[in-house]
Amino acid sequence: METTAAKSLIGTRKPHLGDTTFHISLYVAGAIVVVVLASILLIMFLGGRQAFETFGVGFIWSTEWNAVTSIYGALPAITGTLITALLAICIAWPIGFGIAFFLTEICPRALRAPLGIAIELLAAIPSIVYGMWGFFVLAPFMAETVQPWLTEVFAWIPPLGDSFFWFSAPPLGVGLMTASLVLAVMILPFIAATTRDVMLSTPQLLKDGAYAMGATRWETLTGVVIPAVRGSLFGAVFLGLGRALGETMAVVFVIGNATRMPDSLYAPSASIASVVANNFPEAETGSIQLAALLGLGFILFVVSFGVLALARLLLRQERMA
Amino acid sequence: MSEPAPQSARRPGLALQAPRTQSAITSPTRISLRQINAFYGPKQALFDVNLEIPDNAVTAFIGASGCGKSTLLRCLNRMNDTIPGARVEGQILMDGVDVNGAEIDPVSVRSRIGMVFQKPSPFPMSIYDNVAYGPRTHKLTKSKADLDELVERSLRRAALWEEAKDRLDKSGLGLSGGQQQRLCIARALAVSPAVILMDEPCSALDPVATAHIEQLIEDLRKHTCIVIVTHSMAQAARISQITAFFNMGQLIETAPTDQLFTAPKVEQTQDYITGRFG
Repeated sequence: METTAAKSLIGTRKPHLGDTTFHISLYVAGAIVVVVLASILLIMFLGGRQAFETFGVGFIWSTEWNAVTSIYGALPAITGTLITALLAICIAWPIGFGIAFFLTEICPRALRAPLGIAIELLAAIPSIVYGMWGFFVLAPFMAETVQPWLTEVFAWIPPLGDSFFWFSAPPLGVGLMTASLVLAVMILPFIAATTRDVMLSTPQLLKDGAYAMGATRWETLTGVVIPAVRGSLFGAVFLGLGRALGETMAVVFVIGNATRMPDSLYAPSASIASVVANNFPEAETGSIQLAALLGLGFILFVVSFGVLALARLLLRQERMA
Repeated sequence: MSEPAPQSARRPGLALQAPRTQSAITSPTRISLRQINAFYGPKQALFDVNLEIPDNAVTAFIGASGCGKSTLLRCLNRMNDTIPGARVEGQILMDGVDVNGAEIDPVSVRSRIGMVFQKPSPFPMSIYDNVAYGPRTHKLTKSKADLDELVERSLRRAALWEEAKDRLDKSGLGLSGGQQQRLCIARALAVSPAVILMDEPCSALDPVATAHIEQLIEDLRKHTCIVIVTHSMAQAARISQITAFFNMGQLIETAPTDQLFTAPKVEQTQDYITGRFG
C-alpha cells in the first residue's frame, strides 16, 4: 500500500505543458530584442555601404555636404552633434546634480514628492513641444538678449584656429547654442532623477559614519558619499549624453539646419539626426544621398551605442563594489 | 596613546570565560545625563533619564529592542540631530558643558566623541585614508609623517596593524567583517576621542571577531570612557563595569555590572536578565 501511495505522489519525469510553453515563449521574447537590434544595425550598414565605399574615410572626415554636386561628408553633422550634446551635458550636469542633492539632502520632506513629480513631468513633455518652445520663445530671447550680452562680455576670447570665433558672431538665435540649451532642459530630468536615485541608494550607515566623525554635511557629501557612488554618477551623465546625441525633433527646430562647419557657438548648424530628418523625404531610392543618410544613421547608432554601453558599465561597476 | 599594541592578546576563548568580578568604580563621572526626554516626531522614545557615566570604564546599556538604549547613545554625540523630526530635551553635561545646548555645534561634539556602529561602516577608500579621515577633516596633523605615525598608532591600538600594514593602500572594504569593525574603531581612535560610543559593535560578527573586539574594549577603557549598547547580556557582563537596564524608554536600573546581574534591585531587571521577559 505504501509503495503505491509514494508512486502516485512522486511520479516519474514527464513534460509539464504549461511550463514548456512558457519557457519557449520567454526565449522568443528575449530573442526578438537581439534580432531587431542586429537587423537594424545590419540594414543601416548595408544601406550606407555605398556612401562608405564611394567616399571612404572622407565620408567621416570631409566637411563638404552638397546635395547638388552629390558630395557627402559627415563631419559637419558629427561636429554639430558632438558640440550640442557636450554643451548640453555641461549645462545640465551641474544643475541636475544640484537638483538631486537638494532633493536628497536639503529639501523639506513635504516638498520632496511634489518636486520629484515635477521633474518627472519635465521628462514627459514631448520633444516636439520642446522644439516649438525653443523656436518661438528661447531663440528670439537668445538673439535679442542673451547672445548680444555674451558677445559684449566674452568678445575678448581669441578665436580657435582661424575659423571658430566663439561668441564673436551675429546673434541669430537659432544655432548651436540654442540647440544645446533646449537639449540641456530635455536631459535635465534624466540626470536629476538618476542622480537622486543613486543618492537615495547610498547606505545611511555610510553617512552616519561620516557624521559621527564630526564631518559637516558638505564634508560628508563630498568626501564620503560622492566617492562611494562616483561610477553611478557618471553613469547618470552618460545616460543623458546618449539621449542628447540622438534627439531629433527639438533639434530640427532650433539648430538652424545648415550643414556646414560652424564658425561660432551662435552658428546655425546641423546634427546627424537633424540632417537625416530634413533630407530623408527627398532622398530617392538607390541614390547616393540615401546611402549617405543611412550611413549617418549607422554612425549615430554606433556612437550612441558606445555611450550607453559605457553608462551601463559604470552603473554596474558600482553595484558590484 | 603610547601603550604597547594589544594584538598579542588574542584569545578566542575569551568570549566563553566567566564574568570577571568588578571592583567598585572609583573613576570620576565623565558624562552626566539630566532629565533626558527624546522624541521622534510625536512619539516619545525616552522618559526622564538621569544617569552618571564614569570615565575610564565601560558602561553598558541593555534592554529589549525599542527600549530607547540606542536613542540615548545617539543623544550623547548629537547624532539624533541628523534624523528629521527628532528632538532631545534635557542636559548632557560633559566636562561641565551641556553638549545638548542649543548654542553647541553638533559637529564639534561629534569630532570629540568616537562612534562605532552595529554594522562595520568603512568608507569606500583605502585603509590608510579611512583612518586618516578624522585627522584630515579636523586638520589634526601638521605633516605627512605625523599623519603616518597617527595612522599606525591608531591601527595598533585597534589591533589591526599587523594585518593591515602591508595593504594600507588597499580598500577598507576588502577586509573581513571583524577587521572592518576594528578599522572603524581605529578610525574613531585617530581623533583621540574622550568618549567612544558603540552601538552593538559585535552583533554582526562571529565569536572570534567578537573576542577581538571585546579584548580591545578592555584595553581601551583604561584611558577612555566607553558606552556600549548590547543585546547580549553575557557581553555586558563580560566587558562592562556599569550596566544600565532600559525598558519602554525608561531607565529602570543602573548599577555596577556584577551587582546588577547577581542582585538586581528592581523586579523588572530580574525578569529581564533571567529571561522571563517578553
